[in-house]
Amino acid sequence: MIKTDILIIGAGPTGLFAVFEAGLLKLKCHLIDALPQPGGQCSELYPKKPIYDIPGFPEILADDLTKNLLEQCKQFEPGFTLGERADTLEKQEDGTFIVTTNKGTKHHAPIVAIAGGLGSFEPRKPLIHNLVSFEDKGVEYIIKEPEFYRDKKVVIAGGGDSALDWSIYLSNIASEVTLIHRRNEFRGALDSVDKVQELKDAGKINLITPAEVVGLVGHHELKAVVVSQSAHINKEYEVECDHFIPLFGLSPKLGPLGNWGLEIEKNAIKVNNALDYQTNIPGVFAIGDVNTYPGKLKLILCGFHEATLMCQAAYQIINPGKRYVLKYTTVSGVDGFDGSRKEAPKAVVKKIE
Amino acid sequence: MEQDVKVTIIDREGVSHTIEAPTDMAMNLMEIVRLYELAPEGTIGICGGMAMCASCQCYVLSDTELPEMQEDEDAMLAEAFYVKNNSRLGCQIQMTPEMEGLKVELAPES
Repeated sequence: MIKTDILIIGAGPTGLFAVFEAGLLKLKCHLIDALPQPGGQCSELYPKKPIYDIPGFPEILADDLTKNLLEQCKQFEPGFTLGERADTLEKQEDGTFIVTTNKGTKHHAPIVAIAGGLGSFEPRKPLIHNLVSFEDKGVEYIIKEPEFYRDKKVVIAGGGDSALDWSIYLSNIASEVTLIHRRNEFRGALDSVDKVQELKDAGKINLITPAEVVGLVGHHELKAVVVSQSAHINKEYEVECDHFIPLFGLSPKLGPLGNWGLEIEKNAIKVNNALDYQTNIPGVFAIGDVNTYPGKLKLILCGFHEATLMCQAAYQIINPGKRYVLKYTTVSGVDGFDGSRKEAPKAVVKKIE
Repeated sequence: MEQDVKVTIIDREGVSHTIEAPTDMAMNLMEIVRLYELAPEGTIGICGGMAMCASCQCYVLSDTELPEMQEDEDAMLAEAFYVKNNSRLGCQIQMTPEMEGLKVELAPES
Protein backbone atom coordinates (compact mmCIF):
# COMPACT_ATOMS: atom_id res chain seq x y z
CA MET A 1 0.00 0.00 0.00
CA ILE A 2 1.38 3.40 -1.04
CA LYS A 3 0.71 6.05 1.60
CA THR A 4 0.80 9.80 1.03
CA ASP A 5 -0.85 13.05 2.10
CA ILE A 6 -2.36 14.13 -1.21
CA LEU A 7 -3.01 11.51 -3.86
CA ILE A 8 -3.10 13.24 -7.23
CA ILE A 9 -4.85 11.52 -10.14
CA GLY A 10 -3.15 12.83 -13.28
CA ALA A 11 0.46 13.92 -13.76
CA GLY A 12 -0.19 16.79 -16.17
CA PRO A 13 0.86 20.40 -15.51
CA THR A 14 -1.85 21.00 -12.89
CA GLY A 15 -1.01 17.83 -10.94
CA LEU A 16 2.74 18.54 -11.06
CA PHE A 17 2.32 22.11 -9.83
CA ALA A 18 0.10 20.84 -6.98
CA VAL A 19 3.14 18.83 -5.77
CA PHE A 20 5.11 22.07 -5.40
CA GLU A 21 2.35 23.97 -3.62
CA ALA A 22 1.69 21.02 -1.30
CA GLY A 23 5.40 20.76 -0.57
CA LEU A 24 5.49 24.36 0.66
CA LEU A 25 2.89 23.27 3.22
CA LYS A 26 4.98 20.19 4.07
CA LEU A 27 2.44 17.85 2.50
CA LYS A 28 3.69 14.91 0.47
CA CYS A 29 2.18 13.90 -2.87
CA HIS A 30 1.92 10.79 -5.00
CA LEU A 31 0.69 10.86 -8.59
CA ILE A 32 -1.11 8.20 -10.65
CA ASP A 33 -1.22 8.48 -14.43
CA ALA A 34 -2.40 6.11 -17.15
CA LEU A 35 0.39 7.32 -19.43
CA PRO A 36 3.88 5.87 -19.01
CA GLN A 37 5.40 9.36 -18.60
CA PRO A 38 4.44 12.55 -16.71
CA GLY A 39 3.17 15.65 -18.57
CA GLY A 40 -0.36 14.64 -19.56
CA GLN A 41 -1.57 16.24 -22.78
CA CYS A 42 1.63 18.31 -22.91
CA SER A 43 3.73 15.18 -23.37
CA GLU A 44 1.24 12.95 -25.16
CA LEU A 45 -0.56 15.27 -27.58
CA TYR A 46 1.69 18.21 -28.40
CA PRO A 47 5.18 17.95 -26.82
CA LYS A 48 6.88 19.95 -29.57
CA LYS A 49 4.24 22.69 -29.83
CA PRO A 50 4.67 26.11 -28.24
CA ILE A 51 2.36 27.53 -25.56
CA TYR A 52 2.07 31.33 -25.38
CA ASP A 53 -0.10 31.95 -22.33
CA ILE A 54 1.95 30.65 -19.40
CA PRO A 55 2.53 33.77 -17.26
CA GLY A 56 6.16 34.82 -17.44
CA PHE A 57 6.94 32.63 -20.45
CA PRO A 58 6.34 34.47 -23.73
CA GLU A 59 6.80 31.12 -25.46
CA ILE A 60 7.51 27.66 -24.10
CA LEU A 61 7.36 24.20 -25.67
CA ALA A 62 4.91 21.86 -23.95
CA ASP A 63 7.73 19.39 -23.32
CA ASP A 64 9.87 22.07 -21.69
CA LEU A 65 6.99 23.16 -19.46
CA THR A 66 6.72 19.56 -18.21
CA LYS A 67 10.49 19.40 -17.61
CA ASN A 68 10.39 22.70 -15.70
CA LEU A 69 7.47 21.62 -13.53
CA LEU A 70 9.26 18.35 -12.67
CA GLU A 71 12.41 20.30 -11.81
CA GLN A 72 10.40 22.79 -9.72
CA CYS A 73 8.79 20.08 -7.58
CA LYS A 74 11.58 17.52 -7.41
CA GLN A 75 12.81 18.49 -3.91
CA PHE A 76 9.38 17.49 -2.61
CA GLU A 77 10.07 13.95 -3.84
CA PRO A 78 6.73 13.05 -5.41
CA GLY A 79 5.96 9.37 -5.91
CA PHE A 80 4.64 8.14 -9.25
CA THR A 81 2.46 5.23 -10.31
CA LEU A 82 2.74 5.52 -14.10
CA GLY A 83 1.14 3.46 -16.83
CA GLU A 84 -1.74 2.57 -14.53
CA ARG A 85 -5.26 3.94 -14.52
CA ALA A 86 -6.99 4.88 -11.25
CA ASP A 87 -10.04 2.63 -11.26
CA THR A 88 -11.78 2.72 -7.89
CA LEU A 89 -12.15 5.13 -4.97
CA GLU A 90 -13.17 3.71 -1.60
CA LYS A 91 -13.88 5.94 1.37
CA GLN A 92 -12.68 4.44 4.65
CA GLU A 93 -14.43 4.75 8.00
CA ASP A 94 -11.89 7.30 9.19
CA GLY A 95 -12.65 9.53 6.17
CA THR A 96 -9.48 8.63 4.26
CA PHE A 97 -9.46 7.08 0.82
CA ILE A 98 -8.06 4.03 -0.94
CA VAL A 99 -7.59 4.35 -4.69
CA THR A 100 -6.83 1.18 -6.65
CA THR A 101 -5.48 1.10 -10.20
CA ASN A 102 -6.36 -1.27 -13.03
CA LYS A 103 -3.24 -3.26 -12.10
CA GLY A 104 -4.28 -3.57 -8.47
CA THR A 105 -1.82 -1.03 -6.99
CA LYS A 106 -3.41 0.45 -3.85
CA HIS A 107 -2.90 4.00 -2.63
CA HIS A 108 -4.00 5.39 0.73
CA ALA A 109 -4.40 9.11 1.44
CA PRO A 110 -6.56 11.51 3.43
CA ILE A 111 -6.94 13.76 0.37
CA VAL A 112 -7.55 12.89 -3.27
CA ALA A 113 -7.01 15.59 -5.90
CA ILE A 114 -8.28 14.66 -9.33
CA ALA A 115 -6.22 16.51 -11.94
CA GLY A 116 -7.29 14.18 -14.71
CA GLY A 117 -7.58 16.61 -17.64
CA LEU A 118 -9.84 15.15 -20.28
CA GLY A 119 -9.58 11.70 -18.71
CA SER A 120 -7.17 8.83 -19.12
CA PHE A 121 -5.68 8.25 -22.54
CA GLU A 122 -6.99 5.07 -24.11
CA PRO A 123 -5.74 3.62 -27.41
CA ARG A 124 -7.90 4.33 -30.44
CA LYS A 125 -8.92 1.00 -31.89
CA PRO A 126 -9.30 0.54 -35.63
CA LEU A 127 -12.66 -0.67 -36.90
CA ILE A 128 -11.88 -4.35 -37.47
CA HIS A 129 -14.85 -6.57 -36.66
CA ASN A 130 -12.97 -9.31 -34.78
CA LEU A 131 -10.24 -7.11 -33.25
CA VAL A 132 -11.45 -7.33 -29.65
CA SER A 133 -11.53 -11.14 -29.64
CA PHE A 134 -7.77 -11.18 -30.27
CA GLU A 135 -6.82 -8.69 -27.55
CA ASP A 136 -3.91 -10.14 -25.55
CA LYS A 137 -3.94 -13.10 -27.96
CA GLY A 138 -1.71 -11.39 -30.46
CA VAL A 139 -3.22 -7.90 -30.54
CA GLU A 140 -1.63 -5.18 -28.40
CA TYR A 141 -2.28 -1.44 -28.56
CA ILE A 142 0.62 -0.35 -26.39
CA ILE A 143 4.16 -1.74 -26.44
CA LYS A 144 5.19 -2.25 -22.85
CA GLU A 145 8.15 -4.59 -23.16
CA PRO A 146 9.90 -4.63 -26.55
CA GLU A 147 11.67 -7.92 -25.66
CA PHE A 148 8.25 -9.57 -25.73
CA TYR A 149 8.52 -9.39 -29.53
CA ARG A 150 11.93 -11.05 -29.84
CA ASP A 151 12.07 -13.35 -32.87
CA LYS A 152 8.34 -12.84 -33.52
CA LYS A 153 6.60 -11.74 -36.70
CA VAL A 154 5.06 -8.34 -36.03
CA VAL A 155 2.62 -6.24 -38.05
CA ILE A 156 2.31 -2.56 -37.11
CA ALA A 157 -0.43 -0.31 -38.48
CA GLY A 158 -0.46 3.49 -38.41
CA GLY A 159 1.19 6.49 -40.02
CA GLY A 160 2.40 8.67 -37.15
CA ASP A 161 5.49 8.90 -34.99
CA SER A 162 4.75 5.92 -32.77
CA ALA A 163 4.14 3.59 -35.73
CA LEU A 164 7.41 4.75 -37.32
CA ASP A 165 9.49 4.72 -34.15
CA TRP A 166 8.33 1.28 -33.02
CA SER A 167 8.86 -0.19 -36.50
CA ILE A 168 12.44 1.07 -36.35
CA TYR A 169 12.99 -0.19 -32.82
CA LEU A 170 11.44 -3.61 -33.33
CA SER A 171 13.29 -4.19 -36.61
CA ASN A 172 16.28 -5.14 -34.45
CA ILE A 173 14.33 -7.42 -32.15
CA ALA A 174 11.52 -9.08 -34.08
CA SER A 175 12.21 -11.65 -36.78
CA GLU A 176 9.99 -9.73 -39.19
CA VAL A 177 8.43 -6.25 -39.07
CA THR A 178 5.67 -5.21 -41.46
CA LEU A 179 4.41 -1.61 -41.43
CA ILE A 180 1.00 -0.96 -42.96
CA HIS A 181 -0.45 2.50 -43.61
CA ARG A 182 -3.36 3.83 -45.63
CA ARG A 183 -1.11 6.33 -47.42
CA ASN A 184 2.31 6.34 -48.96
CA GLU A 185 3.07 9.44 -46.92
CA PHE A 186 3.91 9.31 -43.21
CA ARG A 187 3.38 12.07 -40.65
CA GLY A 188 6.40 11.79 -38.41
CA ALA A 189 9.68 13.42 -37.54
CA LEU A 190 11.79 13.66 -40.68
CA ASP A 191 14.62 11.45 -39.42
CA SER A 192 12.16 8.68 -38.46
CA VAL A 193 10.72 8.72 -41.98
CA ASP A 194 14.24 8.58 -43.47
CA LYS A 195 15.25 5.75 -41.15
CA VAL A 196 12.21 3.66 -42.12
CA GLN A 197 13.05 4.28 -45.79
CA GLU A 198 16.61 3.06 -45.11
CA LEU A 199 15.40 -0.06 -43.28
CA LYS A 200 12.88 -0.77 -46.01
CA ASP A 201 15.62 -0.55 -48.65
CA ALA A 202 17.80 -2.84 -46.53
CA GLY A 203 14.95 -5.36 -46.36
CA LYS A 204 14.58 -5.03 -42.58
CA ILE A 205 11.09 -3.51 -42.67
CA ASN A 206 8.39 -4.78 -44.98
CA LEU A 207 6.32 -1.75 -45.99
CA ILE A 208 2.78 -2.15 -47.35
CA THR A 209 1.10 1.07 -48.55
CA PRO A 210 -1.47 2.27 -49.31
CA ALA A 211 -3.18 -0.51 -47.44
CA GLU A 212 -5.31 -1.32 -44.47
CA VAL A 213 -5.75 -4.26 -42.12
CA VAL A 214 -9.38 -5.32 -42.54
CA GLY A 215 -9.53 -8.61 -40.67
CA LEU A 216 -7.70 -10.97 -38.34
CA VAL A 217 -7.18 -14.69 -38.82
CA GLY A 218 -6.51 -17.30 -36.18
CA HIS A 219 -8.01 -19.79 -33.81
CA HIS A 220 -7.57 -18.62 -30.16
CA GLU A 221 -4.28 -17.05 -31.23
CA LEU A 222 -3.50 -14.60 -34.01
CA LYS A 223 -2.02 -16.29 -37.08
CA ALA A 224 -2.33 -13.62 -39.76
CA VAL A 225 -3.89 -10.28 -40.68
CA VAL A 226 -6.00 -9.69 -43.77
CA VAL A 227 -4.59 -6.78 -45.73
CA SER A 228 -6.53 -4.81 -48.29
CA GLN A 229 -4.16 -3.01 -50.63
CA SER A 230 -5.40 -0.47 -53.13
CA ALA A 231 -2.55 0.10 -55.56
CA HIS A 232 -3.95 -0.03 -59.11
CA ILE A 233 -6.45 -2.73 -58.44
CA ASN A 234 -7.78 -3.65 -55.04
CA LYS A 235 -6.41 -6.90 -53.71
CA GLU A 236 -6.84 -8.69 -50.42
CA TYR A 237 -4.36 -11.11 -48.99
CA GLU A 238 -3.11 -12.49 -45.70
CA VAL A 239 0.13 -11.55 -43.98
CA GLU A 240 1.28 -14.17 -41.48
CA CYS A 241 2.19 -12.78 -38.07
CA ASP A 242 2.34 -13.50 -34.34
CA HIS A 243 1.45 -9.98 -33.28
CA PHE A 244 -0.62 -7.12 -34.64
CA ILE A 245 0.00 -3.70 -33.08
CA PRO A 246 -2.39 -0.96 -34.25
CA LEU A 247 -0.91 2.45 -33.32
CA PHE A 248 -3.56 5.06 -34.10
CA GLY A 249 -2.91 7.37 -31.20
CA LEU A 250 -4.66 7.76 -27.89
CA SER A 251 -7.90 9.48 -27.06
CA PRO A 252 -8.85 10.65 -23.57
CA LYS A 253 -11.88 9.15 -21.85
CA LEU A 254 -13.27 10.12 -18.45
CA GLY A 255 -13.64 6.37 -17.85
CA PRO A 256 -13.93 4.91 -14.34
CA LEU A 257 -13.83 8.39 -12.71
CA GLY A 258 -17.40 8.69 -13.91
CA ASN A 259 -18.43 5.92 -11.48
CA TRP A 260 -16.88 7.39 -8.33
CA GLY A 261 -20.12 9.02 -7.21
CA LEU A 262 -18.92 12.47 -8.23
CA GLU A 263 -21.31 15.02 -9.63
CA ILE A 264 -20.59 15.14 -13.37
CA GLU A 265 -21.68 17.85 -15.77
CA LYS A 266 -20.63 18.06 -19.43
CA ASN A 267 -18.02 15.31 -19.00
CA ALA A 268 -16.38 17.25 -16.16
CA ILE A 269 -16.52 17.11 -12.35
CA LYS A 270 -18.54 19.83 -10.62
CA VAL A 271 -16.64 21.64 -7.89
CA ASN A 272 -17.15 24.48 -5.44
CA ASN A 273 -15.15 27.28 -7.00
CA ALA A 274 -16.17 29.85 -4.41
CA LEU A 275 -13.95 28.10 -1.89
CA ASP A 276 -11.52 25.32 -2.62
CA TYR A 277 -12.44 23.21 -5.69
CA GLN A 278 -13.79 20.41 -3.52
CA THR A 279 -16.25 17.98 -5.14
CA ASN A 280 -19.49 16.64 -3.67
CA ILE A 281 -17.34 14.07 -1.80
CA PRO A 282 -15.57 15.86 1.09
CA GLY A 283 -11.82 15.28 0.84
CA VAL A 284 -11.94 14.76 -2.92
CA PHE A 285 -10.95 17.76 -5.02
CA ALA A 286 -10.95 18.27 -8.78
CA ILE A 287 -8.52 20.73 -10.36
CA GLY A 288 -7.54 21.75 -13.89
CA ASP A 289 -9.32 20.77 -17.09
CA VAL A 290 -11.24 17.96 -15.38
CA ASN A 291 -13.46 20.25 -13.29
CA THR A 292 -16.28 22.58 -14.12
CA TYR A 293 -17.93 25.59 -12.45
CA PRO A 294 -19.61 28.74 -13.69
CA GLY A 295 -17.13 30.61 -15.88
CA LYS A 296 -14.63 27.71 -16.05
CA LEU A 297 -11.79 28.11 -18.54
CA LYS A 298 -9.70 25.10 -19.50
CA LEU A 299 -6.32 26.81 -19.31
CA ILE A 300 -3.10 25.59 -17.73
CA LEU A 301 -2.75 28.85 -15.83
CA CYS A 302 -6.21 28.37 -14.27
CA GLY A 303 -5.17 24.85 -13.23
CA PHE A 304 -2.16 26.30 -11.38
CA HIS A 305 -4.41 28.65 -9.41
CA GLU A 306 -6.88 25.88 -8.59
CA ALA A 307 -4.04 23.58 -7.45
CA THR A 308 -2.77 26.28 -5.08
CA LEU A 309 -6.12 26.85 -3.40
CA MET A 310 -6.76 23.10 -3.21
CA CYS A 311 -3.52 22.62 -1.26
CA GLN A 312 -4.52 25.22 1.34
CA ALA A 313 -7.84 23.42 1.88
CA ALA A 314 -6.06 20.05 2.03
CA TYR A 315 -3.76 21.44 4.74
CA GLN A 316 -6.78 22.41 6.85
CA ILE A 317 -8.31 18.94 6.51
CA ILE A 318 -5.04 17.17 7.35
CA ASN A 319 -4.18 19.59 10.18
CA PRO A 320 -7.58 20.54 11.64
CA GLY A 321 -7.55 23.79 13.58
CA LYS A 322 -3.85 24.39 12.91
CA ARG A 323 -3.20 27.99 12.00
CA TYR A 324 -1.10 28.99 9.07
CA VAL A 325 -0.21 32.21 7.31
CA LEU A 326 0.80 32.37 3.69
CA LYS A 327 4.53 32.60 3.22
CA TYR A 328 6.36 33.96 0.21
CA THR A 329 9.05 31.72 -1.24
CA THR A 330 11.29 34.75 -1.78
CA VAL A 331 11.19 35.46 1.96
CA SER A 332 11.17 31.99 3.49
CA GLY A 333 12.95 29.99 0.79
CA VAL A 334 12.03 26.44 -0.17
CA ASP A 335 12.94 23.54 2.12
CA GLY A 336 12.87 20.25 0.25
CA PHE A 337 11.96 16.89 1.78
CA ASP A 338 15.35 15.75 0.47
CA GLY A 339 17.12 18.14 2.85
CA SER A 340 17.88 20.71 0.16
CA ARG A 341 17.25 24.38 0.73
CA LYS A 342 16.73 27.14 -1.80
CA GLU A 343 16.82 30.71 -0.56
CA ALA A 344 17.32 34.23 -1.72
CA PRO A 345 20.91 35.46 -1.27
CA LYS A 346 21.32 37.65 1.79
CA ALA A 347 21.64 41.36 1.17
CA VAL A 348 25.16 42.64 1.55
CA VAL A 349 25.55 45.29 4.22
CA LYS A 350 28.76 47.18 3.71
CA LYS A 351 29.89 50.69 4.30
CA ILE A 352 30.82 52.81 1.29
CA GLU A 353 33.76 55.01 2.19
CA MET B 1 -18.65 44.49 -38.07
CA GLU B 2 -18.58 41.60 -40.48
CA GLN B 3 -21.73 39.61 -41.05
CA ASP B 4 -22.62 36.32 -39.48
CA VAL B 5 -23.04 33.36 -41.81
CA LYS B 6 -25.69 30.66 -41.65
CA VAL B 7 -24.32 27.13 -41.41
CA THR B 8 -26.13 23.85 -40.93
CA ILE B 9 -24.66 21.18 -38.67
CA ILE B 10 -26.16 17.70 -38.29
CA ASP B 11 -25.13 16.41 -34.87
CA ARG B 12 -24.16 12.83 -34.00
CA GLU B 13 -27.77 12.05 -33.10
CA GLY B 14 -28.88 13.06 -36.60
CA VAL B 15 -30.53 16.33 -35.51
CA SER B 16 -30.03 19.25 -37.88
CA HIS B 17 -29.18 22.70 -36.51
CA THR B 18 -29.05 25.83 -38.66
CA ILE B 19 -27.12 28.44 -36.73
CA GLU B 20 -25.47 31.83 -37.06
CA ALA B 21 -21.70 31.73 -37.00
CA PRO B 22 -19.65 34.89 -36.44
CA THR B 23 -16.99 35.59 -39.06
CA ASP B 24 -15.09 38.26 -37.12
CA MET B 25 -13.69 36.20 -34.23
CA ALA B 26 -11.29 33.88 -36.10
CA MET B 27 -13.46 30.91 -35.18
CA ASN B 28 -13.43 27.57 -36.92
CA LEU B 29 -16.21 25.04 -37.40
CA MET B 30 -15.09 22.89 -34.46
CA GLU B 31 -15.36 25.93 -32.20
CA ILE B 32 -18.81 26.76 -33.57
CA VAL B 33 -19.94 23.23 -32.65
CA ARG B 34 -18.63 23.78 -29.11
CA LEU B 35 -20.11 27.29 -28.93
CA TYR B 36 -23.58 25.91 -29.62
CA GLU B 37 -22.88 22.72 -27.60
CA LEU B 38 -23.86 20.46 -30.51
CA ALA B 39 -21.54 17.71 -29.25
CA PRO B 40 -20.78 16.90 -25.59
CA GLU B 41 -17.71 18.63 -24.11
CA GLY B 42 -14.75 16.28 -24.20
CA THR B 43 -15.89 14.55 -27.39
CA ILE B 44 -14.88 17.28 -29.83
CA GLY B 45 -11.83 19.50 -30.20
CA ILE B 46 -9.76 17.33 -27.88
CA CYS B 47 -6.41 18.53 -29.25
CA GLY B 48 -7.68 22.11 -29.18
CA GLY B 49 -7.66 22.56 -32.96
CA MET B 50 -4.18 21.42 -34.04
CA ALA B 51 -5.43 18.81 -36.57
CA MET B 52 -4.00 16.18 -34.24
CA CYS B 53 -6.97 14.14 -33.03
CA ALA B 54 -9.76 14.04 -35.65
CA SER B 55 -12.43 14.37 -32.95
CA CYS B 56 -13.97 17.18 -35.04
CA GLN B 57 -14.16 15.15 -38.25
CA CYS B 58 -17.25 16.01 -40.31
CA TYR B 59 -18.71 15.15 -43.70
CA VAL B 60 -19.26 18.14 -45.98
CA LEU B 61 -22.71 17.91 -47.57
CA SER B 62 -22.94 21.26 -49.40
CA ASP B 63 -20.87 22.27 -52.42
CA THR B 64 -19.41 25.21 -50.50
CA GLU B 65 -15.91 26.04 -51.67
CA LEU B 66 -13.69 25.19 -48.71
CA PRO B 67 -10.12 26.19 -47.92
CA GLU B 68 -7.69 23.74 -49.46
CA MET B 69 -6.64 20.86 -47.24
CA GLN B 70 -3.20 21.32 -45.68
CA GLU B 71 -0.69 18.51 -45.20
CA ASP B 72 -1.34 17.99 -41.49
CA GLU B 73 -5.12 17.71 -41.95
CA ASP B 74 -4.62 15.28 -44.83
CA ALA B 75 -2.23 13.18 -42.75
CA MET B 76 -4.55 13.13 -39.75
CA LEU B 77 -7.47 11.99 -41.88
CA ALA B 78 -5.25 9.19 -43.20
CA GLU B 79 -5.14 7.81 -39.66
CA ALA B 80 -8.69 8.57 -38.56
CA PHE B 81 -11.63 6.18 -38.59
CA TYR B 82 -14.99 6.46 -40.44
CA VAL B 83 -13.26 8.58 -43.10
CA LYS B 84 -15.18 9.25 -46.34
CA ASN B 85 -14.33 11.15 -49.49
CA ASN B 86 -16.06 14.27 -48.13
CA SER B 87 -14.37 14.15 -44.70
CA ARG B 88 -12.78 17.30 -43.31
CA LEU B 89 -11.58 18.38 -39.89
CA GLY B 90 -13.86 21.09 -38.49
CA CYS B 91 -10.93 22.83 -36.79
CA GLN B 92 -9.37 23.55 -40.19
CA ILE B 93 -12.47 25.27 -41.63
CA GLN B 94 -12.40 28.95 -40.69
CA MET B 95 -15.67 30.85 -40.51
CA THR B 96 -15.46 33.40 -43.32
CA PRO B 97 -18.23 35.05 -45.35
CA GLU B 98 -17.62 32.38 -48.03
CA MET B 99 -18.94 29.73 -45.62
CA GLU B 100 -22.54 31.01 -45.96
CA GLY B 101 -24.79 27.98 -46.54
CA LEU B 102 -22.20 25.40 -45.45
CA LYS B 103 -23.80 22.11 -44.44
CA VAL B 104 -21.92 19.37 -42.58
CA GLU B 105 -22.61 16.23 -40.61
CA LEU B 106 -20.46 15.33 -37.60
CA ALA B 107 -18.64 12.02 -37.95
CA PRO B 108 -19.15 9.40 -35.21
CA GLU B 109 -17.06 9.68 -32.06
CA SER B 110 -14.05 7.37 -32.05
